[in-house]
Amino acid sequence: MNVLLDNFPEFRDGFIGTVSITAVSSVIALVLGVLVAGLRVSPVPPLRIFGTAWVTLLRNTPLTLLFLVSFFVVPEIFFPGMSPFLLGSLALGFYTSSFVCEAVRSGINTVPLGQAEAARSIGMTFSQTLRIVVLPQATRTVIPPLSSIFIALTKNSAIAGAFSVTELFGWQKLMSDRGYAIAPVFIWVALGYLVVTFAISGLFWLVERRMEVAR
Amino acid sequence: MSGVSVTKGAEDAAPAANDLVVLSNVNKHFGALHVLQDIDLTIARGEVVVVIGPSGSGKSTLCRTINRLETIDSGAISIDGKPLPQEGRELARLRADVGMVFQSFNLFAHKTVLENVMLGQIKVRRTDKKTAEDKARSLLDRVGVATQADKYPAQLSGGQQQRVAIARALAMDPKVILFDEPTSALDPEMINEVLEVMQQLARDGMTMVVVTHEMGFARSAANRVVFMADGKIVEEATPDQFFSNPRSDRAKDFLSKILHH
Ligand SMILES: Nc1ncnc2c1ncn2[C@@H]1O[C@H](COP(=O)(O)OP(=O)(O)O)[C@@H](O)[C@H]1O
Ligand SMILES: [Mg+2]
Repeated sequence: MNVLLDNFPEFRDGFIGTVSITAVSSVIALVLGVLVAGLRVSPVPPLRIFGTAWVTLLRNTPLTLLFLVSFFVVPEIFFPGMSPFLLGSLALGFYTSSFVCEAVRSGINTVPLGQAEAARSIGMTFSQTLRIVVLPQATRTVIPPLSSIFIALTKNSAIAGAFSVTELFGWQKLMSDRGYAIAPVFIWVALGYLVVTFAISGLFWLVERRMEVAR
Repeated sequence: MSGVSVTKGAEDAAPAANDLVVLSNVNKHFGALHVLQDIDLTIARGEVVVVIGPSGSGKSTLCRTINRLETIDSGAISIDGKPLPQEGRELARLRADVGMVFQSFNLFAHKTVLENVMLGQIKVRRTDKKTAEDKARSLLDRVGVATQADKYPAQLSGGQQQRVAIARALAMDPKVILFDEPTSALDPEMINEVLEVMQQLARDGMTMVVVTHEMGFARSAANRVVFMADGKIVEEATPDQFFSNPRSDRAKDFLSKILHH
């Protein structure tokens, strides 16, 4: 009679699905976001233009549209036979990378210009200056907004359920198809998401605390 | 004008192998503002040149064009016979040979004093860690802050920070060091400790370009004083000549202002 206990294997698979797609797209978003932020502050104009275009395009496109492109265009043109899980992670990761980029860029802007000038003056290249001197000092200001961005990413991963990726939100549809009352189902789903988002908040809290100790 | 360029041409025909930094006919604008106007300046190996002039006359900009922190609109700059390259790896390599000491120190805030002096050696010169650390410690000793090696810059006084910044520049074995008002941000009691380090450098034969209003330093360490006003080099002379007997009205006016108050 208990909707959770009676359907626990499916719930567990959905939960693992949400955690996996969140983890994979977070890594994609973080790597791309930092890279594109680097492009946006680069001294080379074409790279800056590319970075700006990337952010403008991805940030202003509805996520569902990106999923559609990822599922129906990407396999046709680039990677036929890619799994729904990967396609979903790509859509979510690319979308979120634009927000990560902007958070990182505003963090970069809080680091005094003199730091980069001193680094360039001793002969560091642009990428060394960014990696060794600027980004480490930007991290502190970037952590709090990143936490919100990754929590939003977790919740956005629900859209992947509509594209046949096994994840938590999809379990809700399965349960209502099986005729369960909707309210308890939603409560369990909400709790599942809370566990993930609380874990993310906790992780960022730990990182923030460790950085305070380090200085 | 043509007369001037003919004599210059005659000199250029036998370029002194001793010329380390050569600026010829350099112009730069910030928007409508013509900050550097037809600047010609040659700095010989081992020479100490003090640049002096009213605020806003373009001294910092001049300094920063020499390691291309500022680009120029026209003219040419060469270091040790090589023209300044475009932004990129080659420019980075050349910048490693041109030290810079800033008014606001600009030590890497997230690195210890020791790491500040090691970083360029390791990342730019690819020196191994042990050698870099030994050299950093001996340089910190030379500028008198060896005991602060493991502190972060924010824990040091301004005078100590500026001496670390000088050690950081020296760690790259630069051919020339540019100083942009190195003592202007310091409390009066700390100015001398920095000037003494600079004086010692000058005695050791380091090529230096120093923007400063410290006349004591100019008199005791400089080979030449360059006076700038409104983006132009108005006067060049030995320190004694310049301070006791300036030729231009601008220089006379400027000196009377900084001397009598
Ligand atoms: N990045 C900049 N953008 C616009 N104007 C600038 C910039 N840097 C300096 N200036 C202007 O150029 C002039 C010369 O500045 P600067 O070289 O700093 O003079 P100084 O060091 O002799 O005081 C000043 O009028 C200053 O306001
Ligand atoms: Mg200045």
